[in-house]
Amino acid sequence: MIHQLPALKFDLDALAPVISKQTLEFHYGKHHQAYVNNLNNLIKETKFENSTLETIVKEADGGIFNNAAQIWNHTFYFEAFSKNGGGEPSGKIAALIADNFGSFADFKEKFAKAAVTQFGSGWAWLVVKADGKLDIIQTSNAACPIKDGLKPLLTCDVWEHAYYLDYQNRRPDYVEAFWKIVDWKVVENRL
Amino acid sequence: MKIIIVTLFGILIFSSFQVNNFKSNNKNKMETLTISETKLVYPYSLPELGYAYDALEPYIDKATMEIHFSKHHAAYITNLNNALKGTDAEKLSLLEIISNISKYPVAVRNNGGGHFNHSLFWQMLTPKSSGAPKGKLADAINSAFGSFEKFKEEFDNAAKTRFGSGWAWLSVDSNGKLFVSSTPNQDNPLMDVADKKGTPVLCLDVWEHAYYLKYQNRRPDYVSAFWSVVNWSEVEKRYEEFI
Ligand SMILES: [Fe+2]
Ligand SMILES: [Fe+2]
Repeated sequence: MIHQLPALKFDLDALAPVISKQTLEFHYGKHHQAYVNNLNNLIKETKFENSTLETIVKEADGGIFNNAAQIWNHTFYFEAFSKNGGGEPSGKIAALIADNFGSFADFKEKFAKAAVTQFGSGWAWLVVKADGKLDIIQTSNAACPIKDGLKPLLTCDVWEHAYYLDYQNRRPDYVEAFWKIVDWKVVENRL
Repeated sequence: MKIIIVTLFGILIFSSFQVNNFKSNNKNKMETLTISETKLVYPYSLPELGYAYDALEPYIDKATMEIHFSKHHAAYITNLNNALKGTDAEKLSLLEIISNISKYPVAVRNNGGGHFNHSLFWQMLTPKSSGAPKGKLADAINSAFGSFEKFKEEFDNAAKTRFGSGWAWLSVDSNGKLFVSSTPNQDNPLMDVADKKGTPVLCLDVWEHAYYLKYQNRRPDYVSAFWSVVNWSEVEKRYEEFI
């Protein structure tokens, strides 16, 4: 199957000033698109030619895995953003966060620390483990939690390309601003 | 007979390796170089950049140079000093630490590599590039890779295909042979964890912070621009001191 770049559900300028239009033009329009193009080229005449993206992420390695996982990760990252995001979660996700981390503030602190301290390129994640408990993890480069049987709820891209045009070396500022665009309804629906 | 020679290259490169014939005039040369160079020792601090932030325009822009040097490099140094504070490793040179990096916490590997690699990288760049190597280095490149163009192709490929953050390297192995490699994050070929070990004579930072303000997703354009600002006389000096 031919993999496609999924449409964004917001305009490229909708997330500014947290994430600028320029950053999205490159991040979505170039990086995300390049992973799609690369994957389509790489899977030609391989056993993954007709596989779903999720199957490829779970079963492939090397360049095919890297590009497939980066498509998956970026789609998941962009999906959780909204112009009207931010604030605190409510309902079931709020209760789970309070149960697992003590409070929303404690959760944010722990997630932010994971995002800020991931060395090099990678991702910070809120995931549900097999036992139903929530956890915060870091992955490097393209690594994706679904490969390890975890259920991701939220991610923050900390590759430098995600924030360098807007924040340069100040990754902590990017991570702090990130909370203003998180759509907690989307996160709750992933439970 | 195997004798360990300790060699310091530039302010940085230091490697221990074994040779069969040891000439005393070589030894004197090494010692002279050793005492004329600054060793990287705790507490670490930013080296001299050696040129202005805008000196490498238009190939590497002023804003990138300023942030890369005064923010990124400086942060590696701060974090390295914090990671080593109060430990026995305060007494060791960074080279000694890096050569045995598998025995240290990950913060030392990341920030020690970060300080080492960037200190080396700044010396690899000059606004007055000769464009191509000369002398013994040129000969060695031709014999190892076939031609200067083929070497550049291999180095370009290493730089472009390093997935995520990392570095591309031209190094000399323990037999004196040149090879190209790439390392993830802040690892380098001197580290005991490196897949291919050697002493670097040329390096290129391919972390996105090294090029994103000017080149964004176009890493190949940055790699191609790099060849216009390579300090070949520095690379030649390191190679000739090594062999
Ligand atoms: Fe990204
Ligand atoms: Fe760098």
